[in-house]
Amino acid sequence: MENKVIIAGFGGQGVLSLGQLIAYASIEEQKEVTWLPSYGPEMRGGTSNCSIVISDKIIASPIVDRADCVIVMNRPSLEKFSPKVKDGGILIINSSLIPDSYERSDICVIKIKANDFAEETGSIKNANLVMLGAFVGKSGVFSVETISKVIDEKFSGKPKLIPGIKEAFKIGYEIGQKY
Amino acid sequence: MKQLMKGNEAIAEAAVRGGCRAFFGYPITPQNEIPEYMSFRMSEVGGVFLQAESEIAAINMVYGAAGSGARAMTSSSSPGISLKQEGISYICGADLPCVIVNMVRGGPGLGGILPAQSDYFQAVKGGGHGDYHMLVYGPSTVQEAVNIMYNAFDKADKYRLPVMLLGDGMLGQIMEAVELPEMKDINSFPKKKWATDGSGIGAERRVINSLFIDPDSLEKQNYNLFSKYELLKRDETQYEEYMIEDAEYILVAYGTVARVCRSAVDILRGRGIKAGLFRPITLFPYPTDRLFKIADKEELKFFISVELSMGQMIEDLKLAVNGKKKVNFFGKVGGNVMSPEDIVDNLISKIEEN
Amino acid sequence: MEILYKKSKMLTDTPLSYCPGCTHGIVHKLIAETLEEIGAEGNVIGIAPVGCSVFAYKFFNCDMQQVAHGRAPACATGIKRCNPDKIVFAYQGDGDIASIGTAEIIHAAARGENITVVFINNAIYGMTGGQMAPTTLPGQKTTTSPYGRIVGVNGNPIRLSEMIATLDGPCFVSRVSVTDPVNVRKAKKAIKKGFENQVNKKGFSLIEVLSNCPTNWHMSPVQSLDFVKNEMTKTFPLGVFKDC
Repeated sequence: MENKVIIAGFGGQGVLSLGQLIAYASIEEQKEVTWLPSYGPEMRGGTSNCSIVISDKIIASPIVDRADCVIVMNRPSLEKFSPKVKDGGILIINSSLIPDSYERSDICVIKIKANDFAEETGSIKNANLVMLGAFVGKSGVFSVETISKVIDEKFSGKPKLIPGIKEAFKIGYEIGQKY
Repeated sequence: MKQLMKGNEAIAEAAVRGGCRAFFGYPITPQNEIPEYMSFRMSEVGGVFLQAESEIAAINMVYGAAGSGARAMTSSSSPGISLKQEGISYICGADLPCVIVNMVRGGPGLGGILPAQSDYFQAVKGGGHGDYHMLVYGPSTVQEAVNIMYNAFDKADKYRLPVMLLGDGMLGQIMEAVELPEMKDINSFPKKKWATDGSGIGAERRVINSLFIDPDSLEKQNYNLFSKYELLKRDETQYEEYMIEDAEYILVAYGTVARVCRSAVDILRGRGIKAGLFRPITLFPYPTDRLFKIADKEELKFFISVELSMGQMIEDLKLAVNGKKKVNFFGKVGGNVMSPEDIVDNLISKIEEN
Repeated sequence: MEILYKKSKMLTDTPLSYCPGCTHGIVHKLIAETLEEIGAEGNVIGIAPVGCSVFAYKFFNCDMQQVAHGRAPACATGIKRCNPDKIVFAYQGDGDIASIGTAEIIHAAARGENITVVFINNAIYGMTGGQMAPTTLPGQKTTTSPYGRIVGVNGNPIRLSEMIATLDGPCFVSRVSVTDPVNVRKAKKAIKKGFENQVNKKGFSLIEVLSNCPTNWHMSPVQSLDFVKNEMTKTFPLGVFKDC
C-alpha cells in the first residue's frame, strides 16, 4: 500500500516541515518513506513544495505525479498541483487564503480555514498542523498517538509551543474525520 | 536503528564513519549540507575541515592532505567539479587516493540548480587532461549512497585513485530512513608507506609526483594506471537487475532515475508489458560484459537508456550491446525529472514505432 | 683532514638542472642549510611548483610533493592542517605565485597558515622560454613582450610581498636578493626566520628572493646580477614588510 502526498504553499508556511512531520510519523510506524523537497531560490519567498511517498515496501520512485493526497496552502499551489490528485484522492485546501470554489467530483475536496483556526490556537504558524490534522483525520494513515509522539520529539526544544500545535492538529483532525 | 536523514547529511556521516578525517570544500547548491555538516562533525572527531577560497584550492588541499596520508575528501556540484578537474587529473597522475562527491545539477555553464545526470561523460571518461579514470558510483537511494561512501576510502586506498560518488540534486536533498554503519577504527587502516608524512630522508624519502618528463617513464605510468582499471573491471563492477529474466524491453538507468524506472517497470508489468530494469551501480567500470550477454536474450526486443541528459550513458550502453539489439533513448534535461508515467508512455510509443 | 665546507645533507646528490649562473641553486642551498640548522631532518615536507623549479622534488632530501601550477599554498595547507607538527614549505616562482596562483597565496596568507613560502622572483617565465611574467619590469623585453613591457598594454608588475604584508594573517614578509655575499647572508637570515616562525607556530612567512635569469634575459651571469641589483630593486625594493 503506497500513499503519495504533495504539499505546496508559500515559503514560510511550514510546507517542508509539515512534510517532514509526515516522514517522521512514517518512520515511527515502521513504514518506508521518502521526502523530496523543491529546493533552491524558490525556497526564499516563492512557492515551496515537497513530495512524500509512504509505503509498506521499499519505495522506488520518490517522484509523485499522481498523488493520493495534495495539500495546498495558497492559490498558486492549487492551480499547479490540484490536477495531480488521482481519482478517488484527497485535496485539502487552505480556504483562509483560497476562498475560490473548487469542484472536482472524482475526488474528496476538504476546505479548511487553516490560518483562521491556527490563529485561534495562538499562532498563525500552526496552519500547517491544521492541514496535517485534516490529512490524518481523513486518510487514517497514522494514529493520533504517533503524531502526538512525533510532535513531542520534534518540538522538545520549544515545549511552550506544543499545546497550541496539538490543538491545531486536533481541530484539523476532527474536520478531516467528517469527510 | 533506522533514522530519517537528508541524503547530503547521511553521505557526510557515512564518510566520517568510513574514516574521513579531512574535508575541503567550497559552497555550491545543491550540496551545501555536506560542507555544513562536516564543519562541525570534523571537529567532533578530531579531523580537519576547511572552507577553501575556491574549488581549485579545495581539490589541491585534498591533493596535499591525501599525499601526506590523510583520508581526505571534497564535495561539489557540476560547475565546481569542472573547476576541480585540473586537480583530479594531478591526483590520478600521482596515484593519490581521495573521495569526491558530485551532486550533479543541470548545465552547461552556470546552468540550473535542479537534478541532472549531464556530468556522466566528465565523470567516467576522464574530465581533466590525460588518460585516466576514477572509480565512479551512481547510487540510487540514500542507503546505497551511505553504504558506498562507507567503503569508498577503503577502495580509494586499495587502488590509490579517486572514488567519485556521482549523485544528483535529488539524492542530496531527499530524506529517507537509513541505517548508519559503525564508526571504523582509524587505527586499523593499512599504513601508507608511500605517503609524504615528513619522515622520509635519503633512500627512504617519498615523492608525490605526476611529472614524468622521460617518455618511457610516462608511458610506464600510463600502463600502471590502466592495469589498475583492469582490476577495477574485474573486481569492482556492480549492477542490479530487476525483472530482466523474461523482459522484452529493458530500461537501463542509474542513480535516482533508476528508481523512477523501477516504478515504471511495475506499472508496465501491471499492464502485461514485459519490461525490466538494468541498473549500473558502478559507472566506471561500466557493466559492459553483463550487458553484452543480456543482449543475446532472444525475447529481448530493445533497450532504452533513460537519463537526465541529452544522452551520455547511452554511448557506453551501445558499446556494450555492440549492435546486437536496438538501443533507444529517453531523456529529460534542464532540471526536469521524468515521472514513472512519462517513462511508461515513452516506452509504449517506442513499442508502437518498432 | 679537517672538513671546512660540505654540501648540506638536506640536499640530495642529484645534480641541479638549473642553467649556469642561475641563483636557484643558491636559494636551494640556503633552504637546505636552514632545515639542517633547525633540526628538521626527517620532519619536513616540501612542495615543488610548476616552473624552473618543477624538479625541486629531486633536489631536497626530504619528502616532497610536486603540485599543479600556482596551487602550492593550497597543497601546503592540506598537508599542514593534517600534519601540524611537520615543517611544510612551498617553493614558488613569480608566474606560479603572482599570476596563476594569486588567489591561493593570498588566502593561505590571510588564513595565517603556519607554513613557509619561498618565492623566487626573476621577472620572467624561465622554463617555458622567457615569456612575460607578472613581475616583468616596465620596458623589459620578453618573448611575449617583444617591444618591452608596455604598461598601458601589458599592465604593471605586481609587488606581491607588499600586497601580502597588508593582510592580518602573515607574521613575516621580506624581500631579499642573492646578488653578492652580503645579500646572500641577509637572504639566509630571512629564510631562517621564516622557518623558525613555523617551528614557533607563529604563522605564515613569505620570503621573496629577487633572482636572475641569464638565459632568458640574454645576459652573462655577472650582467644579470648587476641587473637585479641596479634595475629590479627599483621596482622591487628590498626590505622587511611585515615582522611580528
